[in-house]
Amino acid sequence: MSTTTTNLPAHGHDAHEAHDEHNPFHQHHFATMEQQFDTSKLGMWLFLATEVLMFGGLFVGFGLMQGRYPQEFLEAHTHLQKFPGVLNTVVLLFSSWTMVMAVHAAQTGQKAKLRMYLLITIACAVVFLGVKYYEYSHKFEEHLLPGIFYHHQATDSLPNSWGYATFFSFYFMMTGLHGIHIIIGIGLLTWLYIKAGKDEFSSAYFTPVDLVGLYWHIVDMIWIYLFPLYYLIT
Amino acid sequence: MERVLTAETTVSTRSLSEKNYLNQETTVWSWMTTVDHKRIGLMYLVGSLTFFLFGGVLALLLRLVLLTPKHTLFGLTVDAETYNRLFTLHGAVMVFLFIIPAIPGSLTNFVLPLMLGAKDVAFPKLNLASFYIYVVGAIMAVTSIIIGAVDTGWTFYTPYSTTSAGSVALITMAVFVLGFSSILTGLNFIATVHKLRAPGMGWFDMPLFVWGMYSTALIQVLATPVLAITLVLLTMERLFHIGIFDPKLGGDPVLFQHFFWFYSHPAVYIMILPGMAIISELIPTFSRKTIFGYRAIAYSSVSLALVSFIVWGHHMFVSGQSQLATVVFSALTFLVAIPSGVKVFNWLTTMYKGNIVLATPMLYAISFLILFAIGGLTGIFLGTLSVDVHLTDTYFVVAHFHYVMMGSTVTAFLGGLHYWWPKMTGRMYSEKWGRIGCALWFIGFNATFIPQFIMGSRGMPRRYYNYLDQFQPFHAFSTFGSWILGLSLFMTAAYLLASLRKPADAPDNPWGGTTLEWKTASPPITHNFHDQPVLEREPYDYRPSAGNRH
Amino acid sequence: MDWITGRFMLPPQGSAYAGEVDDVFLGLYWLSQVLFWGITLAAIYFAWRYRYKEGRVTPHITHNTTLEVLWSAGPTLLCVGIFFWGLNGWMKYAVAPGDAMEVLVTGKQWLWQFEYPDGSRTINDLHVPVGKPVKFTMTSEDVLHDFFVPDMRVKHDIIPGRYTQIWFKPDAVGKHTFTCAEYCGKDHSGMKGIMTVESDADFAKFLETGGTEWEDYFPPKANRQAEWGKLQYERKGCNSCHSVDGSKSKGPSWKGIYMKMEAMNSGKSMMVDDDYIRDSMLNPQSNVVQGYEPIMPTFQGTLKPNEIRGLVAYIQSLK
Repeated sequence: MSTTTTNLPAHGHDAHEAHDEHNPFHQHHFATMEQQFDTSKLGMWLFLATEVLMFGGLFVGFGLMQGRYPQEFLEAHTHLQKFPGVLNTVVLLFSSWTMVMAVHAAQTGQKAKLRMYLLITIACAVVFLGVKYYEYSHKFEEHLLPGIFYHHQATDSLPNSWGYATFFSFYFMMTGLHGIHIIIGIGLLTWLYIKAGKDEFSSAYFTPVDLVGLYWHIVDMIWIYLFPLYYLIT
Repeated sequence: MERVLTAETTVSTRSLSEKNYLNQETTVWSWMTTVDHKRIGLMYLVGSLTFFLFGGVLALLLRLVLLTPKHTLFGLTVDAETYNRLFTLHGAVMVFLFIIPAIPGSLTNFVLPLMLGAKDVAFPKLNLASFYIYVVGAIMAVTSIIIGAVDTGWTFYTPYSTTSAGSVALITMAVFVLGFSSILTGLNFIATVHKLRAPGMGWFDMPLFVWGMYSTALIQVLATPVLAITLVLLTMERLFHIGIFDPKLGGDPVLFQHFFWFYSHPAVYIMILPGMAIISELIPTFSRKTIFGYRAIAYSSVSLALVSFIVWGHHMFVSGQSQLATVVFSALTFLVAIPSGVKVFNWLTTMYKGNIVLATPMLYAISFLILFAIGGLTGIFLGTLSVDVHLTDTYFVVAHFHYVMMGSTVTAFLGGLHYWWPKMTGRMYSEKWGRIGCALWFIGFNATFIPQFIMGSRGMPRRYYNYLDQFQPFHAFSTFGSWILGLSLFMTAAYLLASLRKPADAPDNPWGGTTLEWKTASPPITHNFHDQPVLEREPYDYRPSAGNRH
Repeated sequence: MDWITGRFMLPPQGSAYAGEVDDVFLGLYWLSQVLFWGITLAAIYFAWRYRYKEGRVTPHITHNTTLEVLWSAGPTLLCVGIFFWGLNGWMKYAVAPGDAMEVLVTGKQWLWQFEYPDGSRTINDLHVPVGKPVKFTMTSEDVLHDFFVPDMRVKHDIIPGRYTQIWFKPDAVGKHTFTCAEYCGKDHSGMKGIMTVESDADFAKFLETGGTEWEDYFPPKANRQAEWGKLQYERKGCNSCHSVDGSKSKGPSWKGIYMKMEAMNSGKSMMVDDDYIRDSMLNPQSNVVQGYEPIMPTFQGTLKPNEIRGLVAYIQSLK
């Protein structure tokens, strides 16, 4: 068990000052940049696990309520417009690809490319929100709203009209929470874009790009589950 | 005692002349913007102790109301609604603002990086953010009390919570925010333990405190998001009547209980595991002997964390879950007993043939063993199906979880606070008053809660404003006990605060501890260590030869 | 020992099942005593025997596999045993015998309503015959409640929109308290009552008068017969054929009908007085008001005398 400093040159206090002193992003409590990068990545994965668990709670709730009102859920979903849903799915999938390219550009130090791909990703996110706005306004016009705000002449008189209301409660909660994540993502991507403009990233330091990339993929992945759940129920 | 302290340690000369983390910078701004885990730990300590005081005063008031069946408080009559609000607040404040953040936020924040030989936690800014999120959550909770009291009980059971008056939505959102603080703290610790261990420190060279806190952090990260979403659903139910929990709208109130306990049962282990973690430090240090069964204790912490996710249904034996579920959850619940028992036996065996110093922290540790035995054994009663049917929702349950949450966790917290107080503040407290305080705590605690076991097994339901006359003597006894308990805590606060008035006098290693936090100055310098500490021996190695190898 | 258990441990036993639960409870109690004192005395003994001595060298004992396996396996086996012991009793609690008398329980903020097989009702006052299994089918009108009879060692939550069940078989004549054990708001602690276990004869007598709820509406306790009648109007289904606002339904409206001369299907006219009303409930086909079909069923045996008195008073009040 007994060890001495001589066995551990790579991690020692003196070692890090010699190796990484030049990197301004190196935080003092990490021995090496590599350790710092790995730690950040682990932190991000843990955070993403909590995101999945949080959405997981909503998926379980949706599943249980669908079991309770199968017919109502099936009918309610016909009010969702498939085309905007498909469009948004394509847009997000494409943005995932541009994000991968952005991370790759950062890793390889291609600064112009990094900025371009970030910009395309942001544009995709904005398109997604625009389509979502169009869908939401359609729902508002038809009073296809959560809980007590739900009114629809075809179903108001039915005994189980709560089933329809519940469907839209979940629809708005889940797509809304996802939408909030998209908005946060736009904020993060914009922040990256500004930093990239200041030339802060290099093949030696691109942690923020990598982490935001992970975040963005999770946000896309959640949509990949949301889309069939709501738009393609059979 | 003084002989013990001075024989093994000396006041480090450099710690007196050199700047430390407390006096490096002294402006309020430097505290508010600090990313130093030690300062954040101290701020958490002040925050959580403030709410301990608040929740404690509420508890004393509740006991006072129950003293006689007349419901008077200093001559004023307290009505049922006020009583219900008092116990709701007591529960919510103690659970969400004190016990859950207390040990992770304060002691662990301070000690964990030191124990690992790290300069800080993995994400110092995030650490500060968790503290501020905690403050925001606390402000929201306090606001909800001011603008419209909540009387749902801390469990927020539907449909009462979706229909009752009061600012239920605000307090649930406060708990939601506090949950995020807890998640971020846990996330930080996991990353710290994985990546910032000192060179040469393998997983099984970590102090057991770290193992305990690592297990706690796992639960914080994995269970809290489910609570967060449950509270969102509850708030939506109140605002939009989405009909998931409200039976009048076709929902299922029992579903809320499943969601709620899926978090809140693991949350019980967010509360008890840190207590166990502290005891695993105190017993070897004050027995001057290596811990018995290191791996068994480490594994039992992790297995408790895992088991905690599959036993939530034992809160619901009479709640209307399916009968099969009830049987399965009862069987799973007994799994908790095994690692808990293993820990107790290991601690006891560690004391065997030790060289036991009965300093204040060790007295708290022995109190913990006794109180945890009661808390754990009464848990067996509640896990046993036929007996639980009679005991659940009575004072027996109240007494049981106070033995675990307060008798065990808070006792361990007090023990840990005394143990690391010299490290945190650089001051020794009065050992004499410390021992008196611990004795009063032990007596007061048992006097308060043993009568509650009796009332519960005799059929006194919990959350009762009125009670049958036959219970009056027990209630009175319990109330007298609560005064002793209150006295011990105020006394402890007094002598600890008094120690701050004198100049720094604490040696670097007043207890002869072997873990890395004792290898730096008391109080430590801002960067914790002058040189990267390197592990020289396993933790808790008290062999004389071990020290000479260096 | 009984002196201690009787005062400090468990409430009186109201059924054989309670005795079985108590056996498990006391078994666990003694087991806990042994383990508790084992742990406590060991801790105290070690703290004293190995108290600090200058220069004492402690042995370096890191683990002992045999010992650790033993103290993991021992409690495991013990727990398996306890689980089955508890399961054994619980199975009896979970399934009511088929021949049990059924009482419907409705919990609402903050009272208990009981309905017996013959339709008799009581509030916060439960009567059951001795020596027979009684099954309680329970639901709530508002929030969660929990029906808890400590002396029978049973309780179960009551859930709105759902039915839950418990049962027990009281052993001896006597009185027991029951309470609400799931927090339900302001008067949660006031939601309790007395259960009277009585002989078959006494229970039959109790049912004959239709329970005890009616006593709250009649002298000497109160003088609110019309209110009692209004409750019966709703509970017994009178409202499905008789309106009280003058509108025409399957039967004549009760509004203003009291002491009115009505033409009958038979051709004669009759005064709608107390006797006529009473007769219409018990022998509805004998005199049917002109213009209505003879479709009313008889309420002979269904309506208790106090309910008929209440209904008459109610009709009288509808001017």
